[in-house]
Amino acid sequence: MTTRYTTDHEWVSLDGDVATVGITDYAQQQLGDVVYVELPEVGRKVAKGGEAAVVESVKAASEVYAPLSGEVVEINPALEGAPATVNEDAQGKGWFMKLKLDNRADADELMDEAAYKEFLATLA
Amino acid sequence: MSEPADTASPDNAAVSAPLAVTPLHDLHVRLGARMVPFAGYDMPVQYRDGILAEHNHTRTAAGLFDVSHMGQAFLTGPDHETTARALETLVPADIVNLGHGKQRYTQLLNAEGGILDDLMVTRSSDPDEDGVLMLIVNAACKHQDYAHIEAHLPANVKLMRADHRALIALQGPKAAEVLARHAPEAAAMAFMAARSMKIAGIDAHLSRSGYTGEDGYEISVKANKVASLAETLLREPEVKPIGLGARDSLRLEAGLCLYGHDIDTTTSPIEAGLTWSIQKRRRVEGGFPGDARIKDELANGPSRVRVGLVPEGRAPAREGTEIRATDGRVIGTITSGGFGPTVGGPIAMGYVSRGSADVGTPVALMVRGKELAAKVTAMPFAPHRYHKG
Repeated sequence: MTTRYTTDHEWVSLDGDVATVGITDYAQQQLGDVVYVELPEVGRKVAKGGEAAVVESVKAASEVYAPLSGEVVEINPALEGAPATVNEDAQGKGWFMKLKLDNRADADELMDEAAYKEFLATLA
Repeated sequence: MSEPADTASPDNAAVSAPLAVTPLHDLHVRLGARMVPFAGYDMPVQYRDGILAEHNHTRTAAGLFDVSHMGQAFLTGPDHETTARALETLVPADIVNLGHGKQRYTQLLNAEGGILDDLMVTRSSDPDEDGVLMLIVNAACKHQDYAHIEAHLPANVKLMRADHRALIALQGPKAAEVLARHAPEAAAMAFMAARSMKIAGIDAHLSRSGYTGEDGYEISVKANKVASLAETLLREPEVKPIGLGARDSLRLEAGLCLYGHDIDTTTSPIEAGLTWSIQKRRRVEGGFPGDARIKDELANGPSRVRVGLVPEGRAPAREGTEIRATDGRVIGTITSGGFGPTVGGPIAMGYVSRGSADVGTPVALMVRGKELAAKVTAMPFAPHRYHKG
């Protein structure tokens, strides 16, 4: 499985044409304690760069943009009752949704882990 | 992911100006605080433990807050009556009958009865300082407050800014026990009492009050002494530093207004549910700006009132959220909203038209274009635990 990253601090883990999407560990640290995650309905089509989810910390709400275009085929049921899972394991159990991608090749345009680490270094 | 606005607030409007720092700035940085601009100051929004942990720590032990950005000033006149009467021309509280060593909450009002700022007024406990009132005003308002007050004072009453003083708050159920180790006399003070004493050898003026709903103290000391005092208090095992993030969630659960959000120049103290802060003599006599409106609202009821709101489910409703009646009519707006860690769910406050203000009234909150069901509730959301003495 390949993991890719966006400049909006989402990660995408690819398994064939299905992408698991979440926010990065850096993003959860910036947000602080996550108290609510609003996820899209299964079956919804999302367009790359469009709003796909909302993550709320104690202080503020932040939009999560779709890293790639596709259809939502699964959402993480754990986040409704335990939104803090995003803080505890952002790049594992804290995943948001699975997308069936319109075009698998679009993922190649996203950053790999080394490129994302370089990107983070520019923010410090 | 979009950038979360750490403190989405008009207080942050002047981001282009260089930020001021409090005398505890170095300590905040050393403690690992995340610093944000707030009211023109570079302030800690949270430390390493995060807002939830800091909130819960304050509710169960003791939290130390740097509130040195707030404005401290003295109003001095020839005697208490003269100074108090001068201030009473600007605020609706009874200051004349404020006892020695007592603190009172009030508001600076404009000619329409709108709130220019809210403030704490303290009468010195020292009879030798008769004629001195201490004022604590909001950081974002302090310069215009001082100008406003000075423009309305008689010649024999002066405003003296106390910019050389810092202010810290120790809040929480362990605050009294902790402070008693360094200032045994502090334990005997009742809620809203104020006096001077030495704390760990440092000259301090403290009041038993705060902005969290918990028992605790606000402690004013000279700026060059505050770091030493803060470090002394932080060495106590019950005490942790608490940032502005938890300060906001604590005051929201306590149902306390944040100036610029829950109260402003358009809201009257009656609409804001602050009628308790206008003592009977002033309600009868008036003699403060906007007294005609206030008297009318007291007699006939205001058209809108500040209420508590509890959304169903888990989604918070934030400031600016439209409030609708169940029939779809727009009845108001949320002025503060978020997640209440002690409540364990979303809470909010806002203004609704009077007919929709009864506790239990079902309403709809328009969150991201969808209706979120909520109910009007009594405040505070978390019970006040003041030391009534």
